[in-house]
Amino acid sequence: MVTAMVTARLSPGRVGAVMGRNVDALRSGPSYLLVLVSGFFEPVLYLLSIGVGVGSLVGDLTVDGRTLSYAQFVAPAMLAVSAMSGALAETTFNFFFKLKYAKVFDAILATPVRPVEIAFGELGWAMVRGSMYTGAFLVVMTALGLVEPVWALAALPAALLTGLAFGAAGMAVSTLMRGWQDFDLLSTGQFALFLFSGTFSPVRDYPAALEWVVHATPLYHAVELVRALAIGAPGWGQLVNAGYLAAMAVAGLWFAARRVDRKLCV
Amino acid sequence: MIYARGLVKRFGDFTAVDGIDLEVAPGEAFGFLGPNGAGKSSTMRMISCVSLPTAGELRILGMDPARDGTRIRGRLGVCPQLDTLDPDLNVRENLTTYARYFGISRAEARRRADELLEFARLTEKAASPVEPLSGGMKRRLTIARALVNEPDLVLLDEPTTGLDPQARHLLWERLFRLKQRGTTLVLTTHYMDEAEQLCDRLVVMDGGRIVAEGSPRSLIETYSTPEVVELRFGLEELDGYAGKLEGIGERLDVLPDRILLYAPDGDGAAAEVHRRGVNPSSVLVRRSSLEDVFLHLTGRTLVD
Repeated sequence: MVTAMVTARLSPGRVGAVMGRNVDALRSGPSYLLVLVSGFFEPVLYLLSIGVGVGSLVGDLTVDGRTLSYAQFVAPAMLAVSAMSGALAETTFNFFFKLKYAKVFDAILATPVRPVEIAFGELGWAMVRGSMYTGAFLVVMTALGLVEPVWALAALPAALLTGLAFGAAGMAVSTLMRGWQDFDLLSTGQFALFLFSGTFSPVRDYPAALEWVVHATPLYHAVELVRALAIGAPGWGQLVNAGYLAAMAVAGLWFAARRVDRKLCV
Repeated sequence: MIYARGLVKRFGDFTAVDGIDLEVAPGEAFGFLGPNGAGKSSTMRMISCVSLPTAGELRILGMDPARDGTRIRGRLGVCPQLDTLDPDLNVRENLTTYARYFGISRAEARRRADELLEFARLTEKAASPVEPLSGGMKRRLTIARALVNEPDLVLLDEPTTGLDPQARHLLWERLFRLKQRGTTLVLTTHYMDEAEQLCDRLVVMDGGRIVAEGSPRSLIETYSTPEVVELRFGLEELDGYAGKLEGIGERLDVLPDRILLYAPDGDGAAAEVHRRGVNPSSVLVRRSSLEDVFLHLTGRTLVD
């Protein structure tokens, strides 16, 4: 899988051109910019309402032998969620629109750019967008005193990896979508992950069977990884989390590139 | 520029292109003529290296699409059948951004965009979004976009379908200028007049095969007569008249709404019709066109 990608000889220039197209599109219209900005506020609002608001009712809790305020517990999860949503917004709705309706990729494939370069370019742009959310959110967390500045820096790459994994997976899923209706399913799935990935309560408090299900889902690994770094307590388990996300990124990219090829190059 | 032998494209059980041979020389304007579903677009997609042949040999610019697709596409200009302009970009950005896919520098892309906007008569629309443009403007922009990499070979899939007559003529004039500059053009069309206007040489396709090949003039000479007489008879059955007209000119076709007489001398044939006591409601003597060639080759009029 990985070798297939390497032997495909990606051209950085062409991948950059695909990313550049999105930068041009962003500059071209204010509507796109609005969508982008709104994506930042969602997790911040959750953090304030639940982390700080509900947190004042919940009190402190203990994770890995450390005592945390509820807001400290929820904030890293919201960081992971914001990385996930930022990347997904770009690689699901926007990607699907370009793939199916605007025929943007049809036009691009008539040039030297290849499907795998479209996949990398689109994911690259999703990462740019995702890292803007992530960076801004970390600043908010630091300003609210919910993370030590040093550990905020450590959490940044973890959040970026989260964006990469979800961006790639979102792109892969988008190639399977039949129409906009299918996105309702995706939103539901995304919301379920948002609620039950150890975001608002520790997974060990779940029933045992459910706990195993959660262990298999991606946002759980992202939350674990980001939270461990944000609270300054990384362990060996985080290697598993990181491995899971990396595998998800590679598989998603490979699948998406293959599907674009199968769909458009016939 | 293009060399194909036994080219086949199948989609599952359906054979879109059924073993065609063709060669296109540099500087030539070459046309694929045929009804919808004849295999023109499938052939164009293979030539533009986005779709690989199922079987047969294909060389574009001397290279193999299966191996050198990226390099070949870098030297092609493609104007697809349906506009694929980028709705998130304005007119000018549609050119500059597209240029970047070919690895053209930003400065050079801007220079070429200005030149092409001039060529496509879209300079005043440079900052406009794409969506409100007229069909003709969109088409011209698509063609301008296809030229942004200064291609050796320009592929146009039904360049004027759906445009009003004025827009078509402007487009033809622009394409003619390209041709004069020595750009090799390959186009598909189901308009006879378009093929006659633009093509040095063309093939008529039907059912995935090539049924005739030549210059517009030679095809007309081979498959038709210099002149055609069109006879219309109000609402009556036409078959009854066909018997009475037998023997006038070289050939006769009964269409649903009219009878066509193929004759070297149209006026003479029309006079003979009257002499036989047949009085059509209208008589039109005209020069033979590719439409007649198509009718003769496929046995039907060119309707979708």
